[in-house]
Amino acid sequence: MRKVAVVGVGETKFSAAQEKTSVELFAEAAMEAITGSNLKPENVQALFLGNVLGDFSEGQGMVQAFAAENIGCRNIPANRYEGACASASMAVRDAFMWVASGFYDIVLAGGVERAAIMGTALATRTFAMFSDSRYEFPSGITFPALFAMLAHLYAARYGIPIDKLKEQMATVSVQSYHYGLFNPKAHLRKEVDVEAVLKSFMVSTPLQLHDCCPFSDGAAALILASEGAAKKLTNRPVYITGVGQSSSGPLANQQDYLPRLRAREISSQQAYDMAGVKPKDIDVCELHDCFSIASLIAAEGLGFFEYGKAGEAWMKGEAAIGGKVAINPSGGLKSKGHPIGATGAGQVYEITKQLRGEVEPERQVDGARIGLADTLGGDGGTLVNIILQRGW
Amino acid sequence: MEYKLAFKDYNEALKRNKLLGLKCQECGVITVPPKMACRKCASLDMAVVELTGKGKIQTFTTCNVTSEGREDELPYVILLVELEESAWIMGNLTGTDPTTASMELIGQKVRMVEGKVFSGDRYSAGEGTSPVFRLEA
Ligand SMILES: [Zn+2]
Repeated sequence: MRKVAVVGVGETKFSAAQEKTSVELFAEAAMEAITGSNLKPENVQALFLGNVLGDFSEGQGMVQAFAAENIGCRNIPANRYEGACASASMAVRDAFMWVASGFYDIVLAGGVERAAIMGTALATRTFAMFSDSRYEFPSGITFPALFAMLAHLYAARYGIPIDKLKEQMATVSVQSYHYGLFNPKAHLRKEVDVEAVLKSFMVSTPLQLHDCCPFSDGAAALILASEGAAKKLTNRPVYITGVGQSSSGPLANQQDYLPRLRAREISSQQAYDMAGVKPKDIDVCELHDCFSIASLIAAEGLGFFEYGKAGEAWMKGEAAIGGKVAINPSGGLKSKGHPIGATGAGQVYEITKQLRGEVEPERQVDGARIGLADTLGGDGGTLVNIILQRGW
Repeated sequence: MEYKLAFKDYNEALKRNKLLGLKCQECGVITVPPKMACRKCASLDMAVVELTGKGKIQTFTTCNVTSEGREDELPYVILLVELEESAWIMGNLTGTDPTTASMELIGQKVRMVEGKVFSGDRYSAGEGTSPVFRLEA
């Protein structure tokens, strides 16, 4: 396999419902990535695009073909990926493998979503499609409800009083909001304290509004190139040194591991093994905090903290910049936002910027050399991890 | 290869308050809801069995927000129940005020009292049924 680098990145602002189309949003992110790589659209050999709900939000299927043509990448193979919230990370991983294999030298990967434009009721319905439609949707499962059940299970399993867990979860949200305040591309930019989290609307017990990420619109894009091609385009390549992906069945059938998500443990181990690094080597991590409890479960599954101890770690600042590992300095899904088909590419965008030392000083992880992206689809049905390292 | 216990047959039984599962003839584990392969050992040699519907609550949530078209059901409690046959299943709770549901529910014994039909929406390709549990007296 050949080495593969991220050469250029692009991202729109993640936002509430807005009027640009999916093709337009992706075009903006893609051209930022292409021009930032000193390339032209005709240099791109293939497109790998995450998009989940375009069929529902715009009545647009097969968006990848229209997106490629729109930006002048005419007649190239264009593939769409759907793995719920992990879609763009699947696209990036496949793009990586096609370049690593030697089949392509320069490809475009990314994602786009207009989750906000659907409104809460339809968005909640469509997000519930990432649970088992035959056997679990009849019970009224929603995306917050499944993580709410994991929160109660987490409290019971690890013997943490629910009020204490709620304070820990609130601390996770407060940290994410704080970093997002300094990220001009973040959807929700405001200072929120623990008291405000605990006073917010109860969505699905024990998860309150500020425990939940928003539905966002947005797009992100990356140019991936072989080592040889990358060296001609940039003197600061960020190499993808490890990738992993795994799947699981319906939530109830993950019974042997819950509240742990087995797919993450398998996926991240693949990525660590491939990169030859360990959790302690990760300087910066963008992990899948669709809900505050999801951050705790993720940080433990990725090997940063012991099971049942991640909440304490957040409260002690160990998950903050300057702590054991800087988690979600972008603001995460909580503050930066969650345009689901674009989220994973947005995480890789952030890690690349961090490793290049190009983010706002208030949220820059100084000297970061190794970063990890963690993206979860649905109820753990899809899990993707990507490790990136500075190439200079 | 024919599917041993298809959704339609599982659903028809649940509507009649009968909870069906599959018992692996190689490892003995119960798979529910039904699959082609045993959830433990992936054997295809499974037999349809009726489950007792008894179990204990592993976790729960009270939903105050739900999907488009299901708002009239709010608030409601969703459970993950560990059946006495040791398989977990998702269902709902009846006989307990959803607004008072608390951590004390976890570990409590429940029994399935009915299958509640969700009549379906424009996306669902028809109806589905949720097992509804009640706390044991
Ligand atoms: Zn078996």
